[in-house]
Amino acid sequence: MDLSLYFTRQDLWGILPEIVLLVGALIILSIELFARSQRAAMLGVGILSLVIAGGFASKNFGSSFILFQGMVTLNDYSTFFDLLYMTAGIVTMVISYNYLERKGGETRGEYFALILFATMGMMLMTRGNDLVIIFLGMELLSLSLYVLVGFLRHDVFSNESAIKYLLLGAFATGFFLFGAVLVYGTTGTTNFQHIASAITNNEILSDTLLSLGIGLLLVGFAFKVALVPFHMWSPDVYQGAPTSVTAFLCTAPKAAGFGALLKVFLVAFPALHADWQDLLWALALLTMIVGNISALVQTNVKRMLAFSSVTHAGYLCIGILVLNEMGVSAILFYLLVYSVMNLGAFGIISLLEKEEKGVNFKDYEGLASKHPWLSASLALFMLSLAGFPPTAGFVAKYTLFSSAISEGYIWLIIIAILNTLVSVYYYVRLIVNMYMRTSEETLVPFLHPLLSVVIFILAISIMFFGVLPGWLIDTVTQAARIYT
Amino acid sequence: MVVPLEHVIILSGLLFSIGVMGVLFRRNVIIIFMSIELMLNAVNLALVGFSRYHNNVDGQVFVFLVMTLAAAEVSVGLAIIVALFRNRQTVNINEMNLMKN
Amino acid sequence: MTLSLLFYIISTLTIGSALLVVLNRNAVYSAVLLVFTFFNLSILYLLLEAYFLAVLEIIIYAGAIMVLFLFVIMLFNVGKEQVLPKIMSFQRAVSLFLLVIFFTGVSLFTIQGVQDLHQPAGSASIGNVTAIGEALFSKYLFPFEIASILLLVALIGTVYLAKRKI
Repeated sequence: MDLSLYFTRQDLWGILPEIVLLVGALIILSIELFARSQRAAMLGVGILSLVIAGGFASKNFGSSFILFQGMVTLNDYSTFFDLLYMTAGIVTMVISYNYLERKGGETRGEYFALILFATMGMMLMTRGNDLVIIFLGMELLSLSLYVLVGFLRHDVFSNESAIKYLLLGAFATGFFLFGAVLVYGTTGTTNFQHIASAITNNEILSDTLLSLGIGLLLVGFAFKVALVPFHMWSPDVYQGAPTSVTAFLCTAPKAAGFGALLKVFLVAFPALHADWQDLLWALALLTMIVGNISALVQTNVKRMLAFSSVTHAGYLCIGILVLNEMGVSAILFYLLVYSVMNLGAFGIISLLEKEEKGVNFKDYEGLASKHPWLSASLALFMLSLAGFPPTAGFVAKYTLFSSAISEGYIWLIIIAILNTLVSVYYYVRLIVNMYMRTSEETLVPFLHPLLSVVIFILAISIMFFGVLPGWLIDTVTQAARIYT
Repeated sequence: MVVPLEHVIILSGLLFSIGVMGVLFRRNVIIIFMSIELMLNAVNLALVGFSRYHNNVDGQVFVFLVMTLAAAEVSVGLAIIVALFRNRQTVNINEMNLMKN
Repeated sequence: MTLSLLFYIISTLTIGSALLVVLNRNAVYSAVLLVFTFFNLSILYLLLEAYFLAVLEIIIYAGAIMVLFLFVIMLFNVGKEQVLPKIMSFQRAVSLFLLVIFFTGVSLFTIQGVQDLHQPAGSASIGNVTAIGEALFSKYLFPFEIASILLLVALIGTVYLAKRKI
């Protein structure tokens, strides 16, 4: 057997970003071995390896490769997601720089290493062209996240959310796997292209079983991206996890989940999309409404943002329902903007948080008079989440909704817009607390220069993509064109 | 094959359903976790059946990878349970309700 | 004929012991019964001519995973559960309903029968170590490497979370 057939130079070049991340993670773990609590060094290596990996990944823009006999495909779609994950990884690392110490924990090498491993898992989810790779990527991501959520070992909240996340995550994995198995069983292959050709040539064992398989795959994904009625875990996990981890958890993995779900529907089951429209319609509707109504009554900001992210998942579901070039590019745009907004919001929350304080709406009273810049950027992120012009959140919602209207989903969009209006209440409530109420003791932020720079960049990009979205829209349209 | 494929799939579906029932109805975290193992084993059984039916090795390699995952997941999961038990002295999922409003 | 009879006997044992795992009040009994389930599954794999996996099932599941479970149960002495829950919440009722739908789907498949597209296998050369080993190092080279990283992550996470002093 000639192994060189199965591992070519092209394969090696293609997975170079993953290799860089692996080496980076191992270096971080080794730093820990020789010199304890070298936080700056570990942060430096972490960011550096993400930047280098991003550099290697972005070389693929404009070209496409098939690696490992069709296991992995590299193209603009996967590269867009690679860069999204790496950005989220870098921002998360900066946010985490001294967060864990304030919560009574310790920033250790494992933390940064696990973020790198999680990034690798997410990359595999959108690069994968085979159910096996999607499965392994998803699990690499999930395992890293279970540990990250429970990273404050002595904090009962962190423990509890870790156990909830683990049980529901593993449960969802079971559904995903059973779905994958039924798809494999009925088509005889796990490769996306082969599945698609088996379906179009009608070489499947049983239609019932295939539909069941796709349904179970959908349930598995719905758990991972927290669609109603599979969202029960997300508020508890988001609230109990260290805020720096929550920032990561609600952005990049959600993007990865949607990226993989989209790819499965676009590449493996394009012929069957029409059969699933009613179900996706119902999922989108339920997710928007339930997420929104639950967010209205929260007193904890992290919990409110958790439900708000459920609502956003509902909006994104509309894009999967549409699934044409416009819809897919709208999802990509939305995912990027959504990640930037949430990273910014959670970043600011994390640096205001101290022991038990700093996570309730009440704690934010009078913040604006003491820390005008910080409040202004938090307000900007909230307005963008609510979808006010001229922020990027508005453009994202506009492109997504208009793509659905052009396909004739008028009623769904009317409900979505009503939901957006309702959601203004809980976003603006935080702004009102900051600007229009006063309180004797306000929160003290723990700013360090790097973090200020990152939050500034996030805020600027929200404004920039809101005013001049053209360049980004071109990029996502190019990425969406691969599969549509 | 010694039996028709349908029978293998039915058996696997039954096992999977028993596992799901265990997750939904039991309150002990460790038993919930065991039920998840049962679900993964149902998946493996179906994979072996389909792999034999199609006479291709892909399904069996998939089983190999699922077993790897199961081992990894169990070790991380039990570590989380150990960390939790040190702080709370409980494995009952009903008592894990610190985060309600 | 004898073999298919054996299959049905072992299947019944598997289902029975799996049910007992879920319904048992004592976690230690559940764990031991789960080991018994795995042994039965291993025999089923042998009957389906997946010889390598039959061995792996015993080594990994019965040998490694369940020992870990038993270890944790004994360590914390959390064997007994006081009462089995009797209230059925709405969410669980819905899930049970979905479960029934799922099972009906599987059964429907049986009633409809299988379109005979692929000839059921005659010779079995796929279940042995050679075939799986060749697949792992050729077509599945990349997933195989990812699996190793998965184990590395599990190792790091477990040591971090469970070790008392690090």
